[in-house]
Amino acid sequence: MAPPASVRRSGVRHALGGFLVWREASVILVAVLLVVYFELTNGNFLTGDNIVTVSQFVAAPAIIACGEIMLLICKEIDLSAGQTFALAPFLVYFGAKFGLPVIPAIVVALGICAAIGLAIGLITVLLGVPSFVTTLGTYFLITGVTLTISRGFPATPPGGSFLAGIMGAYGYSEIIWALVIVALMHIVLRHTRWGLHTSAVGGNEIAAAEAGINVRRIKVGNFIITAVLAGFTGIIEAYRVGSNDPLAGGSTIMFLGVASGVIGGTALTGGSGTIIGGLIGAIVLGVLQDGFTLQGINAFLFDGIIGAAILIAMIANIRLARWQRGVSR
Amino acid sequence: MSAAAGGSIAPDVQSGAEAIRAEKIVKRFGSITALNGVSIHVKRGEILGILGDNGAGKSTLIKILTGFHQPTSGRLFVHGNEVSLASVDHARSLGIECVYQDLALINTLSVYHNMFLNRELRRPPFGLLDHGEMRRRASEALDDIGVGVPNVEAEVARLSGGQRQAIAVARAVYSNARILLLDEPLAAMGAREAGLIIDLIERLRARGDIAIIMIAHNYAQTLDICDRVVLVQHGEITFESHSAETSVEELLEIVRREYRAARRA
Repeated sequence: MAPPASVRRSGVRHALGGFLVWREASVILVAVLLVVYFELTNGNFLTGDNIVTVSQFVAAPAIIACGEIMLLICKEIDLSAGQTFALAPFLVYFGAKFGLPVIPAIVVALGICAAIGLAIGLITVLLGVPSFVTTLGTYFLITGVTLTISRGFPATPPGGSFLAGIMGAYGYSEIIWALVIVALMHIVLRHTRWGLHTSAVGGNEIAAAEAGINVRRIKVGNFIITAVLAGFTGIIEAYRVGSNDPLAGGSTIMFLGVASGVIGGTALTGGSGTIIGGLIGAIVLGVLQDGFTLQGINAFLFDGIIGAAILIAMIANIRLARWQRGVSR
Repeated sequence: MSAAAGGSIAPDVQSGAEAIRAEKIVKRFGSITALNGVSIHVKRGEILGILGDNGAGKSTLIKILTGFHQPTSGRLFVHGNEVSLASVDHARSLGIECVYQDLALINTLSVYHNMFLNRELRRPPFGLLDHGEMRRRASEALDDIGVGVPNVEAEVARLSGGQRQAIAVARAVYSNARILLLDEPLAAMGAREAGLIIDLIERLRARGDIAIIMIAHNYAQTLDICDRVVLVQHGEITFESHSAETSVEELLEIVRREYRAARRA
């Protein structure tokens, strides 16, 4: 997009203007300011150990966000992604227990997650149940299944330490997975027909159908993508922690994913959103969580501060987005 | 025009050849007769205006021509061959395309994505979208039919109603529509915006290879733009004329008689 006339005056302002007109600019700015703030107040925010910790806060919501962003763009949502997240490592565990080698067990578990996404999608598009309601149902349903098969007890993820390391136990492996998945999903959204059709369906369902796009297929496909990504996140998180927890994930991880997307500029009204924005949104949330932990904020206050921070980040983001629209008009 | 995107190319017939002909079309929905023996025809390079009140049967006629409804009886000829349009896609493959005013475009997508929606250009080896080529061809195609859009990367939401309509028409033409149905192309548009669309329609007529059927309410504009007009009333064509041989007054008089008859009844 050509830079607006009002910022074309000098080189520096040109560069600054060009950056600010970029879609994800406002969130990046918020993330950088937060990092600077925590580094100045703590002094040990940008240490190697702490960067590993932050990356682990960031990775899981960033991957969940990839799926939820695709759904939000085509005007759907999966509230039960956190439940699929908790179920998947138990599916791997039981697959291995029944004699499958670990990698096939992971593949089978992800296949079952895909089936969950398929079921959610079909109920939503064929029976006309809003996905908010469909996934409210699966939210409880999947929790019930996880608690039943695990009998409420944690379990140890199967496989040797090498595999565990690749999957999540090595400090950086989770964020590497997240970055690879973010890169792939960015390509899917921006550079494939699937992504363009997803945006088209969310932007104007009737016009998309008029153009010959199979709206139901797009929606069901994105439910499957979301469920598989949620399941995969649950599995790598279990390997990182070294334990399957039947009460892991849940609505917290799902809402962190959705919040990452929304902070990153995905519209709840559908039709627009960016995967990179979702990653940066996850970074903002991760920096907040880690930064306030370093500052020794009272645990009871913690959620309240995170909530306020999300609101402030969102308000700043929306104001800046309005301003961007103003100058680029 | 450069390369064609999708759709089969209609046989190359010179201007003046008949593009579409409907003969004695009857359409009943249960006990209601929506169309009662309507016949129309349009040549390439010609514009036919269809006038009529709401419920007169205009939209039923359009839906039959676009393959959305199948007629109860009657015959359809496209480029001289008798056809039975099984679906909207079938009609589209014969070069018949309808541009609806509001449903046409996706506001959150860019102009060039709208132009290429569901017939995207891709490049090997992974079949990823070829954004550069689509941008280039979209600009070309729009320039080609004289639609000035400042930037094909702009979101459609930022454009005016007239520009949006023009892009929808350009998209249909670019995808090889040779029989173009325009549903109320000038409704709810200011004079300047309407002027933009009228210019576009006249440029398309000048190309000589496109037949246009325009549904409209405004008698003055319709007579101005169209070569011929037909008036549809209660499922029948009650009046047909070359635009030059009739007037707004004559059309109004026919409709006025109809109202009086309806009030007496």
